[in-house]
Amino acid sequence: MKKETARTVRAFAIELVIYAVLVIAYFFLVLHLLGQWLFQLEIHHRYLYAGLAILLIVGQAVLLESLTTFLIRLIRGRSE
Amino acid sequence: MFFPISGADISPVYLAIVGFLIGILGGFFGVGGSFIAGPALRLAGLDWNFAVGTDLAHIVGKSVVAARRHRALGNVDLRLGLIMAVGTIVGAEVGAQAIQILKRAGNVNFVVSVVSIVVYLSISTFMIWESRKTLSSSKGRSQRGVGKAAKSKKDYSAFGPVTRAIQRLKVWPMISLPASGIKAISLWMILLVAFVGGVFSGFLGGGAGYIRMPSMVYVLGIPTHLAVGTDLFEIIISASYGTFSHAVKGNVDILIALVMNTGAAIGAQIGAISTQYFAGPTIRLAFVPLPLIGAAIVIYTMFSGHKL
Repeated sequence: MKKETARTVRAFAIELVIYAVLVIAYFFLVLHLLGQWLFQLEIHHRYLYAGLAILLIVGQAVLLESLTTFLIRLIRGRSE
Repeated sequence: MFFPISGADISPVYLAIVGFLIGILGGFFGVGGSFIAGPALRLAGLDWNFAVGTDLAHIVGKSVVAARRHRALGNVDLRLGLIMAVGTIVGAEVGAQAIQILKRAGNVNFVVSVVSIVVYLSISTFMIWESRKTLSSSKGRSQRGVGKAAKSKKDYSAFGPVTRAIQRLKVWPMISLPASGIKAISLWMILLVAFVGGVFSGFLGGGAGYIRMPSMVYVLGIPTHLAVGTDLFEIIISASYGTFSHAVKGNVDILIALVMNTGAAIGAQIGAISTQYFAGPTIRLAFVPLPLIGAAIVIYTMFSGHKL
């Protein structure tokens, strides 16, 4: 049981490090590129911005959930 | 990091950490966590209108992550979630209209504060009584372990007799919820629970998961694990509606919500997976501090005059 817990914690720590690197890259690339465009959209096309905001947050959530699940499987070597 | 839409300068690390903490709470308890996210965004310097709208957008993302994980664990009743979303959206509109009426009467802050304190304290008191009584009973004791009982999602509640009486009410149309193990329940009862949750959501702000999750367990008789997962699924729909509405009014900085969601994606998964290791009554007992935190924040703002 303790061995299993230690394995889970280690896998989680590795996952966090990989995830953090990917998220930092995401901050600098995606948000920097999207920032000004979304800002202009929010000023001039409010309805389009509202719809796109939902698509972006749902899309990112699905992507991140898939990424974290993939990382867990990759690191632990078995399905969660 | 500068966010041009709201004009705020906030550390992305702070946002990710707040998202992470709220993600754990959301994944484990099936709540939006707006009672923490709202004040946390305000503390970071975001205007109140942006804090409310952006928080809703972040709730959508976090709920998608947690609901997908709960679905993989078999904790989501899609049929129930879709029906409840209708009642919640209608209720939220009614709650928002009630706020407008109170605003015109000029006593909105006092009334909303008193109502929220009474509601939060009532939920906490009731859940302490019920979960402790269930855990001390023989059926509850058998659920304390983290083995088969927690994984089977069978649930016992000291409030069970009242729940079964509600389920026996034959108000047409009756529907079955096989995923939740309910053979027949009135559609109106489900809509009523969702509507009341929606009214509180529109009236007090946030997703009102602190009312809807306990209501699903005690009134509809949904097992706690399924109530958590289904509530998250339902929140995706109702919070998306709220996000759209607020975004049109210029109250959503989606860039802030996206950054918060990077932390929430991890936190929500941890919270969702953790529910596997706890039985229903234990999750309900652990839920008790959440409404109390909400009440404490309201009491603080009432007496200090500072709006967190």
